[in-house]
Amino acid sequence: MTTRLLPWLFVLFMAVGPLWLGDQYILYVLTSTGIFIIGAMSLNLLLGYTGQLSLGHIAFFGIGAYTSALLSLGFDLDLGGAEPFVLGPQPVWVAFLGGILVAGLFGFLIGKLAFRVRGAYFVIVTISFAQVMRMVALNWVDLTEGPMALNNIPPLSVWLPWDGVIPLYKKEYNYLLVLAVAVVCFLVIQRLVQSRVGRALVALRENESLARSVGIDVTRYLVVATVIAAGMAGAAGGLYTHYIRIVDPDVFMFIYTVTMVIMVVTGGKGTLAGPIVGGLAFGILPEVLREVARPEVQWIIYGVAMIVVVFFLPQGIVPAVKNWFAGRRKRLAGTALGLRKETSA
Amino acid sequence: MSLALDTADAPILEVREVAVHFSGLIAIASMSFAVPEGEIVSLIGPNGAGKTTAFNVITGFLKPTGGKVLFRGTDLTRLSSNRIAGLGVVRTFQRTSIFAGCTVFDNVLTGMHRQGKAETWGALLRLASVRAETERMRAEVAEILAFVGLSHRADELAGNLAYGEQRLLGIAIALGADPKLLLLDEPAAGLNPSETEAFMGVVQRIRDRGVTILLVEHDMRMVMTISDRVVVLNHGRIIAEGPPEVIRANPDVIQAYLGQGVKHAKG
Repeated sequence: MTTRLLPWLFVLFMAVGPLWLGDQYILYVLTSTGIFIIGAMSLNLLLGYTGQLSLGHIAFFGIGAYTSALLSLGFDLDLGGAEPFVLGPQPVWVAFLGGILVAGLFGFLIGKLAFRVRGAYFVIVTISFAQVMRMVALNWVDLTEGPMALNNIPPLSVWLPWDGVIPLYKKEYNYLLVLAVAVVCFLVIQRLVQSRVGRALVALRENESLARSVGIDVTRYLVVATVIAAGMAGAAGGLYTHYIRIVDPDVFMFIYTVTMVIMVVTGGKGTLAGPIVGGLAFGILPEVLREVARPEVQWIIYGVAMIVVVFFLPQGIVPAVKNWFAGRRKRLAGTALGLRKETSA
Repeated sequence: MSLALDTADAPILEVREVAVHFSGLIAIASMSFAVPEGEIVSLIGPNGAGKTTAFNVITGFLKPTGGKVLFRGTDLTRLSSNRIAGLGVVRTFQRTSIFAGCTVFDNVLTGMHRQGKAETWGALLRLASVRAETERMRAEVAEILAFVGLSHRADELAGNLAYGEQRLLGIAIALGADPKLLLLDEPAAGLNPSETEAFMGVVQRIRDRGVTILLVEHDMRMVMTISDRVVVLNHGRIIAEGPPEVIRANPDVIQAYLGQGVKHAKG
């Protein structure tokens, strides 16, 4: 009972706590960390459950961000025909969903590709994919404005009974929105991995030949996982773009993928809570360090903390904590048994 | 042809002139044999005779250079391995093959994949039908674990099991896939005599459940005890076929297995 309630208590705490503090800076840090945690959760579906390392995961994030931005701003596309294709500004939520769809579509292509190339080759293909996307964003100036960036992206809006439709300029609303999307993504991943589909994904990670020998269509489930992961990363990108309200080719930078990998690996890949724990720890740590240490020392501490976690808790924080509790319970049960034996003797 | 297959004694599996060449190297020259429904058929032969290659061809892990594999009249050589498993032709592996990072229970549950129907949307919406299906499958997992004698290890991580238990788990996973024809690749390899004894019992009880078994095994005592029919392979060719007692007396088989020894004895 308590284990079922605990996650919801955590969500409640995360919803109420920061708002009660009311500090704009804390809200900003938590919002951007939350966006990255959504990205990390989606990466975990691939890295943690199917065992495929996509080092170009930020590409889906960036595609979601750009698509959502372009749809909400409207764009004209000169495809060499007589008339350029012109699309007027779309409602923000249509744009947001469009971002998820387009990211998912690219996920489908990468998933199909992953069937042909596995392991190190898949890693290289995904890195290249993200780099190509960055180049496209940088050079297709007609569409993306290149390094000048897309500006004045409208924020997401929401309908409130007492206010009607309002654009979400305020940090509080953006924070709650990110939290809500994160909860939805968590539930989707949870339901998926605890189902027959999830077992097929884990089977692919654990032993592909054996999986095929019992009739699991490995390719199909890998594609399903990639599409869902890409769609979620696209949603994170959409949240980012409408929150920051400016998007430039730097969203495709490799370092962001690395950040998500760090969140997943330190938290515990292949666990539901891992990306959240790792994400909170390594998303907030730089901001905390900024308060207490000089800039050059900050990143040294960050790096050392990461190495310490990976070195001492190679499985990640969440499995380590779980094992510790399981071991304690066993020891307690052991002593209880010992006591019973003594009394009976 | 199809008329012949409808008769009661039609074989469940028919390997017809299958050949496998690896860029010039002939692994299997031309192999034909049949497995009658409900029997335990053993495929034996010295190392490198092509037994595992034959398994890989039958289960779609390897495409043959020529020939056909008919399962109840369906040609398997064009199908992917997961499709073949879907038809009910399920194999185990020579080396221990389990999902090491999952619990014993989840291993078998994963093996039951093709018995489930739940897809992505059903799982996401937690449909009642999906929940019922899961309940039904969990009950069957418990039954399979009891059948192979691993119930007491259900919650253990598969990687933590003893070697003999892992071999049993490999069988349990295959049973989860509801095989009509079960191919066991050296299931007793590395087991001690008492474990082998127990294993023979399990294999026979699987046959008694109506599952046809094709067995590759080096342990001659096991082969001769439990087989209904033995196929002997040497250098990619079938050199003998028949019930165990006939095979035991076949001079070609003795030659293949003990060739040098016989020569020495004579000299």
